[in-house]
This record gives sequence, C-alpha cells and structure tokens, in this order.
Amino acid sequence: MIHSSLAQLGAALRAKKISSVELTQTYLDRITRLNAQLNAFITLNPEASLAQARAADARLAAGTADALTGIPVAQKDIFCAKGWLTTCGSKMLHNFVSPYDAHVISQFNNAGAVNLGKTNMDEFAMGSSNETSHYGPVKNPWDTARVPGGSSGGTAAAVAARLCAAATGTDTGGSIRQPAALCGISGLKPTYGVCSRYGMIAFASSLDQAGPMGRNAEDLALMLNVMAGFDERDSTSLQRDKEDYTRDLNKPLTGLRIGLPKEFFAEGMGADVAKAVEDAIAEYKKLGAVIVDISLPNSKLSVPVYYVLAPAEASSNLSRFDGVRYGYRAPEYSDLADMYEKSRAQGFGAEVKRRIMIGTYVLSHGYYDAYYLQAQKIRRLIAQDFTEAYKQCDVIMGPTSPSTAFKLGEKGDDPVQMYLSDIYTIAVNLAGLPGMSIPCGFGANDMPVGLQIIGNYFDEARMLNVAHQYQLATDWHNRAPQGL
Amino acid sequence: MTWEIVIGLEVHTQLSTNTKIFSGASTAFGAEPNTQADAVSIALPGVLPVLNKGAVERAIKFGLATGSHIAPRSVFARKNYFYPDLPKGYQISQFDLPVVGQGALTVQVEALSGNAKPYEKTVRITRAHLEEDAGKSMHGDFHGMTGIDLNRAGTPLLEIVSEPDMSSAAEAVAYAKALHTLVRWIGISDGNMQEGSFRCDVNVSVRKPGQPLGTRREIKNLNSFKFMQQAIDYEVQWQIDTIENGGTVHQATILFNPDTGETRAMRSKEDAHDYRYFPDPDLLPLEISSEWIEQVRATLPELPQAKQARYVNELGLSAYDASILTASREMADFFEAALGDATAQAKICANWIIGEVSAQLNRDGLDMTQCPITAQQLGGMLQRIADNTISNSGAKEVFRTMWAEGGEADAIIEANGLKQVSDSGAIEALVDEIIAGNAGKVAEYRSGKDKLFGFFVGLAMKASKGKANPAQLNDILKKKLEG
Amino acid sequence: MSLSLADVEKVARLARLAMSDEELKAAQTQLNNIFGLIAEMQAVDTQGISPMSHAQDVAQRLREDKVTESNQREAFQAIAPQVEQGLYLVPQVIE
Repeated sequence: MIHSSLAQLGAALRAKKISSVELTQTYLDRITRLNAQLNAFITLNPEASLAQARAADARLAAGTADALTGIPVAQKDIFCAKGWLTTCGSKMLHNFVSPYDAHVISQFNNAGAVNLGKTNMDEFAMGSSNETSHYGPVKNPWDTARVPGGSSGGTAAAVAARLCAAATGTDTGGSIRQPAALCGISGLKPTYGVCSRYGMIAFASSLDQAGPMGRNAEDLALMLNVMAGFDERDSTSLQRDKEDYTRDLNKPLTGLRIGLPKEFFAEGMGADVAKAVEDAIAEYKKLGAVIVDISLPNSKLSVPVYYVLAPAEASSNLSRFDGVRYGYRAPEYSDLADMYEKSRAQGFGAEVKRRIMIGTYVLSHGYYDAYYLQAQKIRRLIAQDFTEAYKQCDVIMGPTSPSTAFKLGEKGDDPVQMYLSDIYTIAVNLAGLPGMSIPCGFGANDMPVGLQIIGNYFDEARMLNVAHQYQLATDWHNRAPQGL
Repeated sequence: MTWEIVIGLEVHTQLSTNTKIFSGASTAFGAEPNTQADAVSIALPGVLPVLNKGAVERAIKFGLATGSHIAPRSVFARKNYFYPDLPKGYQISQFDLPVVGQGALTVQVEALSGNAKPYEKTVRITRAHLEEDAGKSMHGDFHGMTGIDLNRAGTPLLEIVSEPDMSSAAEAVAYAKALHTLVRWIGISDGNMQEGSFRCDVNVSVRKPGQPLGTRREIKNLNSFKFMQQAIDYEVQWQIDTIENGGTVHQATILFNPDTGETRAMRSKEDAHDYRYFPDPDLLPLEISSEWIEQVRATLPELPQAKQARYVNELGLSAYDASILTASREMADFFEAALGDATAQAKICANWIIGEVSAQLNRDGLDMTQCPITAQQLGGMLQRIADNTISNSGAKEVFRTMWAEGGEADAIIEANGLKQVSDSGAIEALVDEIIAGNAGKVAEYRSGKDKLFGFFVGLAMKASKGKANPAQLNDILKKKLEG
Repeated sequence: MSLSLADVEKVARLARLAMSDEELKAAQTQLNNIFGLIAEMQAVDTQGISPMSHAQDVAQRLREDKVTESNQREAFQAIAPQVEQGLYLVPQVIE
C-alpha cells in the first residue's frame, strides 16, 4: 500500500478496499517506527488526523469523495493549520498553535485529505540542508549520514521513506526542487501566484510559492489540482480559471523543444550529476523531443541577486516576531528594547539572524541603491533571459543541484558554499516561473540525482506531461531507499 | 530684528471606511480592546494585506477636491521600525510614488492682530498618501507595564503633506481648519479630533529674511486648533530665543503639553531613524484608471469655494456670510434647503441661520445635524415673512415656539394669532382713533417735533396688539399725521 | 567594500538582535564573505533597466469595503505571552 500512487490509493479507498482510518494508521505507525531515524516530522497529532480520516470515510461512504479524499498528506510546518502547532522550524514559534488555516490547508481540508503531520524544515525556510531547523536536522533516507536538502527537507525525506502518500513544500530559491532531487522524489514549484500564500509563513514574499512533493508527476498533478486556486486574501493570488493539471499527462512528446542553457552545463556541476542529466536528455530524444541550445547569460548572477532580495524581504517579514502577541518571549529582560533584542536573539537561530542582518544592511540608508535596487534591476535581466529563451523552446532542462546529497555538517561553517548549491534553482524564483525536479538516476555513493524542468509561465500542465512521459519510460521514480 | 517663520503641515486624517485598509475588520470607534484586532491587525504569521477599495476612493476624492495630480500608478512601501503598537514591525505606507501628487488649497486667514483684514492664502499640497494607522499604548495600572490595544491598527489614514508655505500660526490654523472642513465636506473622514481622526504634525523653523531655511522641529500629534496655535507660538518663541541667546536649534520631534503650554523633545523613538523603506512585495502596484477617477468625480459634492462664489455672485450674499454658511456642509445644506427656490430671500435666510439658528444651537450645545427645526420648517416661516403674513417680531415668536415645541410655521401663526393686519382700512381706522385721542401730541408733532413719530407707532402697534404690518402702519400714520 | 564592526553593531541594533562581542565579530566575518559573493553584481550595467519588485506584471486587486472579520480576541490572546484586560502587555513604553 505504501508504494501505491495517489491515483491507486484513491481508487482503493473509493472501492472500499481500505478505509482512510486504516491507511492513516498505517502511515502513523510507520512514522512512529521510523521518525526517530529521520526526524522528518516536527508535530504529529494522531487524534486530529484520525478524526479527519473518519470524516473522509463518511464522505467516501456517501459517495461524495474527491480524488484526494481520505489520503494522508503531510504538511510542511510553514503552513498554519488551525489547532496544530506551527513552528516554521523555529524556536520563535515553539508554542504557536495556529488559530487559523492557511489557504492551502483549507484546500486540502475541503478535498477531504487527511493532515498526517507537520514536517521538519529549515528555520523559516532559510537553508539548503535542513540543518538550520531548531528541531534538529532531517536525515536523508538514502543515507542517514547525509542531508535531505532544504528547506522542505522533512517533506522530501517523508515522501522518499514512504512516511506519507504525498506532502507539501514551499520554494523560495529551490526549497522544493533541491530536496526533491537529493531525496529522489518529484517536486513542483508552480508559477508565482498559482497557490495562495495566505497562511504560509513568509520568508521572501515576492519569491515564495507553495507546491506539491510526491513520488511521481501524476501524483503532483493531483496534489496541485487541490493546492492551486484563487484566494482573495492574497493580493498576489492570480484570478484564473481552475485547471485540471492531469489533462495533458498522456500527450506524446514528439516535437517537444527542450532548451539546454549552456550556463547550466558549465563548470561547477559534479560529473555524476552531469552523467545522469545527460542520460535523461538522451531518453527525451528517444521520446521524440528535439534539443535546442539556449543561453541564460544573466543566470550566473542569480545567487548574488537572490542573497540581496530574499534577505531584504525576510528582514522585514520577520520583524513581527517580537515577543509581544505570540511566540517566544525571553524570560528575562530589563526594558522594552531589551525584551525585543533578547527575544529575537534567543528565538532565532544563526542562519536566520545572518539573513536578517544581510537584509537590514542592504535596505539601510546609503546602501539601498547599490544593493537592493541594483539587484531588482538584474532580476529583470534574469527574467528577460527566460522570455527570450522561450521564443526558441518549450521547456528548459538542466540539473536541479550541482551535487548529490552532501554529508551532515559538511558545509556547516561556510554559508557561501551552502548558498552556491542553489545556483540552478534560484533564477526560476526570481523570474516567477514554474520549475520542477524529477529523479533521473543515481550519482556518487548511490545518491539520487534530480533533473530540473523549467516551464514558461502557467505551463505546469505541460511540465507534468513532460515529466510523466519520462516516468512512463523509466523507473527512477519508483526506486525506494532500502532498509526502512 | 524680525524673524521669518516657516511652517509646513503633515495631517493624518482617518478615512471613514467601514473596514481597515488591509483587512475586513471593523474600524468603529470605542470597541473593547483588541476585539477589532483581526488576524491581519495583529500580524499573525502568514497573513497578508488586501487593499480596501473604499480607502483608495477617498484618496481620489481628496485629490480631485484639491486639484491634485492623481497617480495612475502608485506603490505601497514598508516603513520598518520596531514599536509595540506596530504589530508587523513595519508600517505599510507610500514612499516615492504616492497616490495623490501636487495640489493646492486656498484658505481665508483671519488676521489675529488688531484690525487687519482677512486675506486669502494659497497653500501648496506636496502629496497625500495612503497608509495604515498604528495601535494604541495604554499606560494604565498594569504593574508598571504598558497595555497594547490594536483595534486602531490598520485603520486607513490619508497623510496630507503641505509645502512649508505658511508663515504664521494663524495661517497654519486657517489651513488646518480648511482641510478639516474639506475632508468632512467630501465625506472622506468624520474629522473627529477628540477621537484622533484628524491629527496634525507641524514643522516649524525660523530664519532671518533672505537666509536659507532654518533647522525645523516637528510638533507631533496636535489634535485641536487651539493647541496648534499655542504650540506654534510657543515653539517659534523658543526657537527665536534659543538662537538669539547664541544656541542652536537641533532637528527634533517634539510634543506639546496643553497643561503647561510648552513643547518638549520626545525621547528618541528609534535610535537612528533608518526606516529602510522598500516596495511591499505583498502588494502589487495600485493602478487608477481615468474611468475610475471620472466615476469618483461624479460623486463629488459642490466644494466650499465653489459654493461661496455662487452665494456671492448668484444670491448676492456678502463674502463673509458666504464663508460662514460654507463652514460645514451641514450648514450649507441647511441653508440651501431652507431657501428652496426663494432665491430672492437669500439674504434674510442667511441672516436667520447665521443669527438666530446659530445662536440657539450654540446656547443649547447642539450642532447643525441636531437642530430641532428642520430646514423646511425654517423655510416655511421665511415664506410667511416674505408674504407679509407675519412681522419680524411675529417671526421671532414663531421661531421660539418652533424651537421649543416643533411644528410648522402656519400652524403656529394660526394657534397664536400672529398673523399681522395688512388691511389698510382697519389700520386707517385705528390710526384715526389715535389721532383723535391725542390732539395735543399731534399738534406738537405737526409743529416740528418729529421724534414723536415713534410714540404714535407704539400706540398704534399696541392698539393692533402688535399685529399691524409695520411698513403699512408707518405709511398710513405718516400720511395722516401730516394731514 | 567591507563592513566594519561598527556597521555590524548598527545593523544588529536596527534588527533588534542582541549580540555578544564574539557574535558580532563572527557575524562580521561571515557577512563580509557573503558580501564578497554579492559584489559580483556591482559590475553589471543596469542603466535604463527598471527594477523588478514582483514576479508578476499586473496591477493590485482591491477588496470591497465590507466587514468580514469578527471578534476572535479570546482565541488570539490564548497564545499571547502576556495579556491583561484584553490588552497585550509589554515593558513600559516611554515617549
């Protein structure tokens, strides 16, 4: 059962071969057995999960079930869920039981999905290895000495280890795609504005986007059908007609133009990653795709631009954590300023403080033009590169991450090295484009490699088609870590 | 040696929307603490702002009313600072691209000193931008702590910034009053100063004529025109004294203490003011189409200045009367409703409203909206004066009764027998009788003692029980006495 | 260009982060490394390029002026560090 796709699980539930309560309990038992090794979940609430499962079973019995009704889905702990501890991986929110539901959570609730638990993540989604979580690092199920990637590392590990049927992630600079690649699963970051950000604790508002993580493209399409949708409470949520993201899954790829940016295949990428990605491209050629050489000349600037813009927005977004209305307040302080400074110093971890400081500095008087404004201008150049590229191709492909999963602690002391591991994913967020990662083989130490597929705006259905056809022809996505 | 005073104003006016600028929480005044502080107002993690169309509409109205540029595209920015009444740690405001650009307001300045005449002054408006209000700090008995009420947090404000065009407290007060009238007139704010709906920050500096601008100090949060006057007077004197005593004025934010009449510098709110403004990534650019502007223009009432001009040019009122009648929209509406089509009666109508009505309202502590006499009732009475049904003294009695007991003029005239006698036969008979009964006085009058005329009027009025039409009576009496 | 210790101290104060001297020094080194990475950006000619604040090139959607929220004080203050008489309590604010 735990290796079934969402479509299979849905069919089994509707056929009453299994109940949602049984399925939910199966996963809860698995989590109880394995979470100590992986640390993928921060919070479980079996009572709440099973209550939702019972309600789903009633709905299944009444014949009013939707595609995901009764299916246990894990939620990244960045999404506020009413009655659930919602920590965002931070000590700052160690006691924050959300009084409201994020739009994404409501969408799953309305669909009758079961909230299986809240997954671990880098603190406030700032990290690429899940080592910045206040609740301890997540381990990669393929090798528990290695990182799962970040920031949606708990979700990636949970899906890879079959601790849930599918789960949510968020992606500000690669936080869905990179952990998906490192854990050998599939993940999709939609076009900015497709999923509401309401109730998703903000990191960098102009870049943050929620998306599904699962075992294959078809699962992602079913998840996105639930997650996507207009929300009037988010000014940047787009008013578009509801789409069925499964609609194009079975289209042939004949004539598909795949753009390969030369900058993505230059120095910096591991040979093992290069090999897996090249094999994947060869497979696509077999499926009828044609290769187009393209260039994204400004993409090399995406790391510096991102590390100005994201921290700038974050420094402001995180100002609300002041110990006044919710969250952590220092036990001792002398006056108001001291209360602020101590609560924030004790409540935030090192990486979060570092980014708050970068952001505060680049916005401060005298530096704004040189840093923030300049970064915003280059952001436009980066976005324009993609617009040009899509005149020649339908999708863009390349590696998701320059290397496979590294060891825990390996890059701990060097933020710059850590930041550079986002090199292939960041430009997509800056442009607001959809991007995904699917498993395409294994590299050094038998660790998974991810293939990144970047689509044009609102081209999610086509990207899912492109991924699905590959997954029909290959079986990397069906590989599961052993010994769990 | 004379000093030149330079004053600019920043006025924060709360907009009269039903809900907050970025959420659907109520803005009603006076609710229990934090009961109107919704998830957005208290800045729960994950919540987002969505701009209130009503707030934008009010900003457009203000722009139109002051002939200001209305930006087709404006931007919301975050102003970052920490303060307990600012839940997000930043205020959403507008910085380099405000919704309303340059405009102007022309005001009548009542010179305070001596017999100087009122004069017109045009104050340029630099900009007006939308922003959110902060919450309130309560310094009650909380074991030495401060209580924070966030009901007000997120209430829409229009911050109206003037150029430093004013050169006296009188000009500053006149401008502030005119703005206060205007925002209520066009219905964008209730202007309630006690409740903080209209708060003024005043920038004051002094210089010697011809010298560059002096260092300014900003008097914060003045919520009465009287205090504004006092605060500016005190501050100007303080700056002049400081400089003349060899000191230097340093830029500062200061508070006015109404009890002592003095100003003092605030303890620093933010050590170094570095607000780190940047465009709010949660809010896309605000676009205002010309169609929308025209829709809003169609809802604008006739503005005070246009009304004043019309009262003078078309109704023949004095500029003074016109300015008083347009002191508030309620007053002007009352005047126009009382007058109706009887434009020939404009002067008498104006006199009644500026005179009796205002005096009575004042005496009873009421405002125009609470007037016990409706404009239609007053108009009915004015009609009876015009058609000679009642005399002026009769009218005063009708008015008193109306004020105290209500009712229409005709019914009151009828019930109290106030109809004046305009039958010339009846008046002639009455006058004949008086002349016959006062032969001596008649002879005195005829021999040149003109002053006795009043004596005969008095007798005749008494004989008519006050109902004789005074003008008619005068005519007949004069004719008969001269015999 | 690099950040001095005083710059780092000022930033920490602006951001309301209490930091010890050692923490400030460590932060100075790390921030300077990061700004070394960011410096690459400075050489780019961006004349005539308009800044991009948002991932979408669309206008802001507005909300009708209707009350949609009800009183949730009890639920919201159940998770507050310190409240009394419906107010959030903080160390005394001095103006």
